[in-house]
Parts: sequence; structure tokens; C-alpha cells
Amino acid sequence: MSINILEMKNITKTFPGGVIANKNINLKLRKGEVHTLLGENGAGKSTIMNILSGLYSPDSGNILINEKPVSLNSPKDAIKYGIGMVYQHFQLIPELSVVENVILGIKQRREPFLDIKGSADRILEYSNKYNMGIDPCAMVWQLSVGQQQWVEIIKALYRGARILVLDEPTAVLIPQEIDQLFNMIRQFTAADFSVIFISHKINEVKEISDRITILRKGQKVNTVETSEVSKPELAEMMVGREVLFKAYKKKAVPGVPALVLDKIEADNSKGLQALKIVSLAVKKGEILGIAGVDGNGQSELVEVIMGLRKSTSGSVKVMDKDVTNAHPREILDCSVGHIPEDRRVSGLMLEMNLRENLILHDYHTVPHSKFLLNWKFIKEHAEKLIEDYDIRTPNSDVLAGKLSGGNQQKLILARELHGNPDILVAMHATRGLDVGAIEYVHKNIIAQRDAGAAILYVSTEIDELLNISDRIAVIHSGEIMGIVNPDNVTIKELGLMMAGSKKDTLL
Amino acid sequence: MEVSNTILQIISSFIEADLRVAAPILIAAIGLLYMEKAGVVNIGAEGTMLIGALAGSIGAYLFQNPWMGALVAALAGGLVGVMFAYLVVTVKANQIVAGIAINILALGGTTTVNRIFFGLNASSSDIPSFTKVAIPLLSEIPVIGSLFNQLGLAYLAILMVPFTYYLMKKTTIGLSIRSVGEHPESADTAGINVFRIRYGTIIIGSMIIGVAGAYLSVGLLSFFSENMVSGRGYIALASVIFGKWNAFGVLGATLLFGFGDALQIRMQAIGSAIPYQFLLMLPYLLTVAAWSGFVGKAVAPKASGKPYFKG
Ligand SMILES: Nc1ncnc2c1ncn2[C@@H]1O[C@H](COP(=O)(O)OP(=O)(O)OP(=O)(O)O)[C@@H](O)[C@H]1O
Ligand SMILES: [Mg+2]
Repeated sequence: MSINILEMKNITKTFPGGVIANKNINLKLRKGEVHTLLGENGAGKSTIMNILSGLYSPDSGNILINEKPVSLNSPKDAIKYGIGMVYQHFQLIPELSVVENVILGIKQRREPFLDIKGSADRILEYSNKYNMGIDPCAMVWQLSVGQQQWVEIIKALYRGARILVLDEPTAVLIPQEIDQLFNMIRQFTAADFSVIFISHKINEVKEISDRITILRKGQKVNTVETSEVSKPELAEMMVGREVLFKAYKKKAVPGVPALVLDKIEADNSKGLQALKIVSLAVKKGEILGIAGVDGNGQSELVEVIMGLRKSTSGSVKVMDKDVTNAHPREILDCSVGHIPEDRRVSGLMLEMNLRENLILHDYHTVPHSKFLLNWKFIKEHAEKLIEDYDIRTPNSDVLAGKLSGGNQQKLILARELHGNPDILVAMHATRGLDVGAIEYVHKNIIAQRDAGAAILYVSTEIDELLNISDRIAVIHSGEIMGIVNPDNVTIKELGLMMAGSKKDTLL
Repeated sequence: MEVSNTILQIISSFIEADLRVAAPILIAAIGLLYMEKAGVVNIGAEGTMLIGALAGSIGAYLFQNPWMGALVAALAGGLVGVMFAYLVVTVKANQIVAGIAINILALGGTTTVNRIFFGLNASSSDIPSFTKVAIPLLSEIPVIGSLFNQLGLAYLAILMVPFTYYLMKKTTIGLSIRSVGEHPESADTAGINVFRIRYGTIIIGSMIIGVAGAYLSVGLLSFFSENMVSGRGYIALASVIFGKWNAFGVLGATLLFGFGDALQIRMQAIGSAIPYQFLLMLPYLLTVAAWSGFVGKAVAPKASGKPYFKG
């Protein structure tokens, strides 16, 4: 039996406001193992890891490293003990270069001068060793999300990490990158590093981990050997009930086209062409999936539809009404719902409470407001939605930023779906969510479809798109490569189209 | 021959005047740059400068040495910095409100202390002030030679530009400051003490701003007069923005302002038909025009003005 390189004992953490994020959690990490923390959104996974990284201080509990008690009062302490943390929300500074980000806060050889050259060489060594393809002199904002993940990993290794914590690293990676990450993880453990891996994708967890600790509502459910537990068992331990992996869905009964894009072109924020002659029609009662690797024009497509970006040519029609380059409110008023790509950036006002977030579209209309805001109605309205959409929160006074990812998404769903829109534009609606929450989102979106809504569903997850869409359009470099039927397309074909082959050339 | 000589003379004195009026703003702007880079906006630069101006004249008077005046001004500025840092870093007060509080306090406080210390009829003869230092050879170059005949502090101000630029770009401390200004949480997770960086930059920066005040009271003039800073602190703040948070940019911005001021003085001297009130507006107009025309997209440190809350 190998030794416990890390032991966390009876960790309890209560946040101001009374949320008990961790309650008496015990966790043992062996040398050279991959240990997964599995749990729903809000189960307390990030919290306990933030305690380990010295960012949060626990109310009570002890941490032992190599069987000696340590106190981790700041990230600096944790780094000293060889804990390398890759946070769920990346801690890179986009305005700085890769080297600058990596060496931030580290003593330099020629103090006080930065050793950019020498550091860049070392970064390149890591990059080559793990096949990351990182240019040390690139600015971080220029990197793809996947590459940023690699930079975070280099940053941890560079600081001498022996225990690597990866908080939901796969949520932002494409399938090839996930394979690459798993290869890296195997290299780490082969070198006797230990890895704590956080995820709620059960397939991945089964594939990569040696042991799994399941958390639910801030408490530990169990720690199991991966080989001794089945996927449905894991799902049940995690959510506390049986989970449906495949969304149940009746055959679609498509009606008239409701959202019609005709030869749309648009530029991205850097002034380069992002959309090339995109023509699509989404019919009432169907879900049109948009597949593609991140950054191939999906964001621009959604923004053009929602009036957030000007198209340079072409037209957008909503229920036969021309709304090309119309004001966003005009478009929303045509009964269009929108689940934006990043709930923390454009989906919610993180600094506002749930009540306020729920009325962002309607605040100016009766009965929410008759010149003055009608807080009594708004509160009742919020409480009803919180109940209907099962948003887990003490009350509607809580700031949206304090909710877990899954609950934030439920909040957006509540706002966008409660009025039963004719058209729904959803992007990355399940990104970062656990199986229970994904099931919930899918169920609600399918219910909207069955009620006759036309739904445009953008995602990077192929499995999800195959599962939920009635048709799938593949986008590459701002161009539609073709539209396929999910029932008779292979993952390989989709992959080729995502990489830039036109559908016709595949046959 | 005669005419071209006078023109050259005018240009020469023009250049000299530009740097002379720009220097105090440059010093203050460099001081501000340190904290701005760390994400702190200090509107209180105006008041800090005013306190520095008074402390400078008192110091110069007591020690009968202008350099001691500058030192006392730096200490006084540092003290104001400690107060400001406590308010905005520890207590997490709104930075604008804290800055305005300092300005109001400084205006009233310096007026009172000045009257107590120097009385109502201060005579300038008792306060020693900086004299011009001509750099040998360089100051004899025709036309631009006047650039090299300035107060000692002005040269220091110029030297601080490359110093600050390289400090920010090439050293660990500079990188730490920039990271705290862009994204304090990331800096914290990378093992940087955000509070210490913010306290440090505010205090050092405020000391420099204090010296900028002394430049006015023991440099340009040799006595303290009420509200003698008259907006230079704000112009310094604008210069930081106009200079895009880059030391050389800040130099350019302050010289532009100096240019406007020098032009205004010249035009008044020539007896221009334009009412002098309009001429007085010139440097400000120039700043506003340049600002609205050329600054382009804001490149402010991301965390500007925001306090850092630790989890
Ligand atoms: N800074 C905070 N202040 C108040 N409450 C918080 C804070 N951070 C997290 N919480 C609450 O603590 C609980 C646990 O959150 P945590 O982020 O640890 O969940 P998680 O398991 O990482 O979820 P996810 O899968 O969504 O990342 C949640 O209910 C969350 O709302
Ligand atoms: Mg988390």
C-alpha cells in the first residue's frame, strides 16, 4: 500500500450567508494516483480544492502533507508544499504573455530582473515534453481555451507541483484535447505525481481515475475503487437518484420555418470575416443543432441573430418579420429566448440578486413596473420561478454570482423559458453542468420544442447534439459544411465536417 | 538675419517653458502611474500635491535647503498615501470618494496650516528654492539648448520615465504590479500578496506626487500659495490615461499639456487679440481634443478602481 501524500481531515466550510459548502469531508490522496472528485454542481468540489490551494480558509479541519500537519493560509503556502492548482475559472491574465503568466510571483534567477529568455526555454521544454504546442511569447488572449488549460498546467508544474489539482479541465476541451490531457495525466502519475481530477462526466471519470470520491450537497458519500463500481452506480451516488443518460424525446413534428437566416455574413471583433454566406431555417417544433469546434463563428452567428452584432450582408427573419440588425430588445420582443454562451459574462448580472436577474427582459413592462418597479410582484414572481425551476438557493436575495453553475443555468432557463418563446437560441447551454443538471436542461428544451418552439442549439459536445437535435448543421470557419440527420450520421463523419470537409465531399 | 534670430529665440524660450510647466505634472503622473498600474485610481493626487507643496516650503524654510523641502514633501505625500491606502485597500472604500475626501481635506488643511506657519503676509525671501542647473555643452546647443537648462528636479522627472518603464516591463516587482492591476485574484493565486503591492505602490506613488507639489512651491515659485496646484493633479491623472498607462506615453501627454500652456503664455505676451481667458483654456482644450481624438480604445488595467475581496 502506497503512502498518503495528502490527507484532508474533517474539513468544514461555511460561506457568509450560511451555505455549508463542505461538511466534515475526509479525503486521502495516494502517491501516484489519479483521484477523482465527482459531484453535482454545487456539491462543494471547488470549495474543498480552494481550501487546499490556500485561497479559502476552512472553518475547521486539518490538512496533512506527507503525514505532517500543515497550515495553508495563502496560495503561496500551498505552492510551497507542492500543490499545483488549475482553477475551474482560469487564473491567467489575458493581457500578459504566456511567460509572464507562468513566472508571475516566482523568484527569478537574476532578481530583480525577469528572466524571460531562460523561463521561455523551460516552458518550451514542458510544452515539448507533453506535446502542448505552446508559444511562450504569445499573449494569453490569443490562445484557444484548450491552450490556456495547458498554460495553467505548465504554470503548476513550473512551481514544482507534486500534487496537481485539475478542476473540471475537460469542460472546455474538445475530444482530441481530452485524449491529450489524459495522456499527460498518465505521464504525471508515471513520474509519481498525484492528480486530483474534478469532473462530472462519468465516462471520463471511469477512464482516467484510480479512485473516486463522491460528494453530494457538501458531504462525502463514499470513496470507491474505480474498477469496482459501474457507471449507473456512480451516477446514482452522485445525484441521489437514478439518472437518464439519454434524453427521452418524441419524433419531431416540424412546422413552418420560424427563424430564417438568408446569406448572412458578419465580421468578428477583430474585423476579420467570421460568417460566410450562412443560410439556415429553423422550423417550429424542431431543434436544429449547430456543431463545430469552438471559435468557428458560432458566437458571431448567435450574436447576429440576437442583434448583438451587425451583419454585413444577408437577412434575418423571425416569423416572417425582418429583424436584420434590429435592436436586441425588438428581437426579444418577437418572442425570442436566448441562452447566451457564457452565463457568467452575458447571461447574468453576477452582482445582482436573483429577483433582479429574473426580470432583465421584462422590467420595463406591466406588471413588473408601472413607472416604479413593483417589488412585491417581482418578488412573488421570482419565488414562483425559483420553485418551478428548482433553483437551489436560500432565497431570492442571493446574488446570482454566488450560485453554483447548474443553478445559474437554471436561473437563465427560468428567465428565458417561462414565457414560452416561439424561438429559442441556446449556446453551450450545458457547459460545465453535471449529468443531473444536463438532464434537466435537455428536458426543458425538449418540452419547449414539443410546445412548438423553433430551437437553435449550439454546442461543441457531439454526444449531446446527437442526443438532442432533430437536425445538425456543422459550421467550420464561418461556413456551413452541411446539414445532417443525427439518426444516420457517424461521429467520424461529423468530425470530418467539423474539421472542414463539406458534406457532399464525404459521400 | 535680425528677424530669424528673434524667431529662434522665441522657439528656444518656448521649449524651455514647455518642459518647465510640464515637469510637475510629469512627476505627479509618474507617481500616479505606479498605483494606477496596480489598479488604484487616485483622484486625490490634486490634494496630495497640495500637501506636498506646503510641506515642501515648510521643509525648505526650516532646513534652509530646497532638497530638504522635497524630502519633507515626499514624507508628507507618503503619509497621505498611507491614509488613502488604508481607506481603499483595507476598508475597501470607494476610491473616487476617498480621493475627493483627500482633496477637500488638503485644500482646507493647507490653507490653515499655511496661515498659522507663515502668517498672512509670507515673504518669499526666506524660503530657499531650486535653481536652474545648466548641463555643460548640451545647454549651449542653439535653440534646443534651453532644454538642458532646467531645475534639478526636472531632470529627475525625465530620468524617472525610462526607469519606470523598465521597472514595469523587466522586473519581478513590475510584473507583480501589473498583474495586481489586471487581475488581483489571479495574482493572489500565483502567490502574490495583493494587499502589500497595493499599499506599496500607493505609498511610493504618493511620495512622488508630494515631490511634484514641492516642485511648485520651492521650484517654479519660492513660496506656498493657497490652492497653488490648481488642477495639475487632475491633469496628471488625465495624462496617465492619455499616455495609455505607459511611462513614455505619459511623458508625451504631459509635454503636450506643457506645450499648450507655453503657447498660451507666448500668445499673451505677444499681445494677441484673443481675450486671455480663452488663451488660458488652451492647454486644457488641447488635452481634451487629443484625448477624444487619439486615445482610442481604453487600455486601462482591468481591475482599475475595484477593491480586492479575499475568499
Ligand atoms: N464565494 C462564495 N460565496 C458564497 N457561496 C459560495 C461561494 N463559492 C461557492 N459557494 C456555494 O458553495 C456551494 C459549493 O460550491 P462549489 O463551487 O464548491 O461547487 P462545485 O461542486 O465546484 O460545483 P460546480 O460543479 O458547479 O463547479 C454552492 O452552493 C455555492 O453556491
Ligand atoms: Mg466547481
